[in-house]
Parts: sequence; structure tokens; C-alpha cells
Amino acid sequence: MTEATLKTAKTREPVTDDSEGMDYLITRQSRFVTVYLPLILIMFVLLFPFYWMGTTSVKPNSELLDMSNHNPLWVSSPTLQHFEKLLFETEYPAWMWNTMLVAVVATFLSVVASVLAAYAIVRIRYRGAQTIGGLIFLAYLVPPSILFIPLSTVIFQYGLFDSPLALILSYPTILIPFSTWLLMGYFKTIPFELEECALMDGASRLQILIKIVLPLSVPGLISAGIFSFTLCWNEFIYALTFISTSSNKTVPVAVLSELVDGDVYHWGSLMAGALLGSLPVAIIYSFFVEHYVSSMTGAVKE
Amino acid sequence: MLDAAARQNAVAPVSFWTRLNENRNVLGLWFMLPAAAFLLLFLAYPLGLGIWLSLTDARIGRAGEFIGVENFVWLWGDSVFWLSVFNTLLYTIVASVIKFAIGLYLALLLNNNIAFKAFIRAIVLLPFIVPTVLSAIAFWWIFDSQFSIISWALIELGIIEQNIDFLGTPNNARASVIFANIWRGVPFVAITLLAGLQTVPQSLYEAATIDGASKWAMFRHITYPLLTPIIAVVMTFSVLFTFTDFQLIYAMTRGGPVNATHLMATLSYQRAILGGNLGEGAAISTAMIPFLLSAIMFSWFGLQRRKWQQGESDD
Repeated sequence: MTEATLKTAKTREPVTDDSEGMDYLITRQSRFVTVYLPLILIMFVLLFPFYWMGTTSVKPNSELLDMSNHNPLWVSSPTLQHFEKLLFETEYPAWMWNTMLVAVVATFLSVVASVLAAYAIVRIRYRGAQTIGGLIFLAYLVPPSILFIPLSTVIFQYGLFDSPLALILSYPTILIPFSTWLLMGYFKTIPFELEECALMDGASRLQILIKIVLPLSVPGLISAGIFSFTLCWNEFIYALTFISTSSNKTVPVAVLSELVDGDVYHWGSLMAGALLGSLPVAIIYSFFVEHYVSSMTGAVKE
Repeated sequence: MLDAAARQNAVAPVSFWTRLNENRNVLGLWFMLPAAAFLLLFLAYPLGLGIWLSLTDARIGRAGEFIGVENFVWLWGDSVFWLSVFNTLLYTIVASVIKFAIGLYLALLLNNNIAFKAFIRAIVLLPFIVPTVLSAIAFWWIFDSQFSIISWALIELGIIEQNIDFLGTPNNARASVIFANIWRGVPFVAITLLAGLQTVPQSLYEAATIDGASKWAMFRHITYPLLTPIIAVVMTFSVLFTFTDFQLIYAMTRGGPVNATHLMATLSYQRAILGGNLGEGAAISTAMIPFLLSAIMFSWFGLQRRKWQQGESDD
């Protein structure tokens, strides 16, 4: 038996032989060339910016700006001075706090609103529920970059300008359509019979939702929450337009507008800021990879 | 009988309020209220207001007056606006096509039986997780005119003599921002397509192998047709987000050099918020709507059509 046939038999991989009957040629070497080599190349390109961010953030300035005497790919004398500067000489902790506050509250509000809306569309099925479902999907397709100008005048009218409340109340418009759509798919999978039993026992719709449907859809709730949280953390254009005081800014906006002064770019602290700012989402993501992936692909498949 | 029924009613009086709340439609309304409030106040109303603003001469701090289509007439003769339209289309088309090609390729690679698959998949998504602006800043640094690591590596390898001015000349800057956009978009396309690939039954490939189909024939006649619906959705989203991109350009070039990378979104920000001409900025935003609709229609129907051509019904 050749190695290739052995392997197909053993691992049930998608069959890779072709009509010329050359499958005995698909050795480990050719598999390396057709699968692993391109994969490594793509992974290298995808991950290199992170490596570069990381090394830059721990390099002393002398090494950063002298590429002829120091190999830029390596750090010879790592330092935490950039992080120190960031944490103690700028308002970075406040920006982190703002971003966290806005992301958590906006996510919470959107998930609550989405749960109610999704349940009503899927299970209460009031007149026009299907149409409303379609409209919510359309709302998902309205991008923030065509809304921010009129929305800035609206925020001004409501007296919310330059307050975290402006972001807390405007982010749900990005999150609700997505979460509702995701949760609708989730609620559809919960058997009707459970609810019918509860209805006969005299439970109200709200009780059913809280005591029966929600416990059964915890994975869906986590997915919606995680995805919403990362979307909040990533949001830029609203935060840029609606907030003007430095101490009220969110991390993405503040790193760009407050850490860059004039033509002197402090690359070390910029990269440290970018790295620290990415950390919360990266940590949460690493704990809930499966939920994240399922929410992303789930929303697309629905 | 009647009496008994009446008595029972009297024992458990059902108030108008309770009965009202048992009505499907009323109950639905209550449940929809929070979501509807957000979406109406902060999405639908601004959307309408935006179209109205585009027909006025509003400036920051001054409510505008209706001036008809004057803003659009002015934009029609504005070469910077047309440049931004060109840039946006170039950016969207080039980035989306490459994102699709690399994303599909990466999905097919990941669909092989490889070691540490779950871990690799988690790592691949990282560029998509990290806030765009923060990774754009990293690219800004990677594409620095003096200290670019790419220039350094190419010089060390003896391929080029001088530093490449990545963000300094129009075409280089366009290529650089498109590259950064592709970098961020590929993981999304790859992972969603991978999820689609995993739903394709293995038995089809086995049958095709017995029939002597080549690898390409299997891809063309099994994988691709079964993947079409999900490709349609993924690409619709990809085109939509690329077309309306703002963050990446704002972080890396702010539209420069000489407006060569201005997208419609960044131009509208510059005119409306920095320049104070809300009306004109709103007009640029409004001008994006037809492009967006046609892009959505194109990728949606263009790709979905193949499905009924094969005699399958729609979802």
C-alpha cells in the first residue's frame, strides 16, 4: 500500500487524487507544497503586523530610529517605557474606561432589546412580523458612514453631544439589527411544545421568555453579546464625531488623535496604545472563539 | 348555563388591560418597543434627516434652508468629488475581488485535514477582531516613509536601492490602503466560507472521484455551486463594508496625498465636520446610497441567480 492510500484511509480527508491515476505521487512533500506552504505564507502576512506592533512597543527609541545598527526585527534591550508613558503621562486609563463603559452598556441594552424583538418576531408572530424582520435586516445594511452627519445634528438636538451617552444610545443601532437576526435564528430552534405547556400552566409571555426560552439560548446570547462587544470596541466614526473632550474619548479615537502630536510620531507609544487597546477584545475573543465564529457565520447563513 | 358562565366571569374578572395584553398584536408591540425606539430615533430618523439635509445649505450651528438640488449640482462640477467616487469604486472593486480570491483559497486550504485546525482558525480571525483603527496605525508604521520594515527588508535582500514612499505618492498610497483593507477582510471571507464548505456532503466528492472527476472539476461542479448562496451573502457584506469604509483611510492617509485616497465617506467627513458644510457632506452621503443599492443588488441577485438556474427553489 502506498503512503497516500494509507493516509486517505486513515484520516478520511477530502480525496485528493485525480483522474490521471497519479495519487501515488501525492506524498507528504507535495502535500507540504500545496497545503502547508501557502498556509504558512498567508499566516505570516496575517500575523506579521501583530509581531511588528509588539516588538515596536518594547523597543527603546534609540533602537527604533536606527535601523542600520540594530536589526529592526529583533529587540536587543526591551523596555516598558512606552507603556509607562502611556499609563502615567496620558489619559489612556480614562480612554480604556470610557470604551469599556460604552461597550458594556451598549451591548447590554442591545441584547435586551434584541431578545424582546426577536422573540416577538419569531414566537408572538404579531401581524406584520415578517415584514418587520425584513426591515430589521435592511437596517443592518445601513452603514454608519452615511448616518454620522445627520446623526451628529440629532445628537446635538437631544443634548447628548460630548457625553458617553451619545455613544451608548447610538451604538445599539449597529448592534440591534445583527443581534436580533442572530437570536431569531436561535429562538426558531427551540421546540414550540415547551412554550405551549407553560402557556397552559398560565405563564405569561414574559415569564416564558425569561424562564424557558432564555436559559435554552444561552449560547446564542453569548454569541450576540461577544460580537456586539467587539463591534462596539471597533466603532470609530461615531466616537470621532460625537466626542470632543479628550478625557471622554474612546481608545481607537484617542490613540489616533491624542498620541499623534504634530509631525513627530512616537511610534513606540502609538504601538503600545494599539496593542493595549486590542487586548480586551483579544482576550474575550480567545475565551469565546467558538461563539464568535458561530455568531459570525450564523448571521451570514440565516 | 348562562348564569353559570356569568358567575364564573364574576369570580375571575378579567380587566380590559389584561385582555388587551393577551392580544398578539398588542403584546408584539410591547416586545418590539425598545428595539423600535432605538432604530427609529437613531437610525430611521437620521436617515431621512440626512436626505433632507442634503437639500439644504445647513452649516454647523446654523439650521439650513431648502435649496433644492443645488448641493448636487455643485458636486457634479466638483472634480474632487468625482475623484473620490473613482477612488471608492477602485478601492471596493479591487479589494473585494482580491479578498474573495484569497479568502476562498484560504478557506479551501483550511478545509483540508491539517494539524491544529481549530487553533489556526482562531489565529486567522485575529486581524478581523482587532479594532480597525489600531491595526491601521500598525500599517501606517509599516508603511512609514523612513522606517518602513518592508523597505528595510527589500533593501537588505538587495531588491531595491531606496526606501519606497508607500503613502507619499498617489498610486502607492492607493495600493497600500487596499492592501491593509484586504489584510483585514480576508479572515472574515475565509472563515465564513469555511463554515459553508463544511456543510458540503463528503459523499458528493466520493461519487465524483469514482466518476473520475479532476480536482478542478470537483471544485467547479460541486463546491462552487453549493457554496454560491453563502458566497452571495459574504460578498454582499464585504462590498458593503468596503464601499463605506472610513476608519482605515482616516487613520492611514486622511485622504492624502492630493486627495488620491479620499473615499466618499472620508470626503463627506472632511466637508461636513471639519469644513462645517453639513448640507454638502450630507449630499455626498446621499450620493452613496444609489451606489450602495446597486452594489447590493448586483452581488445579491447576480450570484443568487445561479441557484434557480439549476432548478432549485429559493429559500
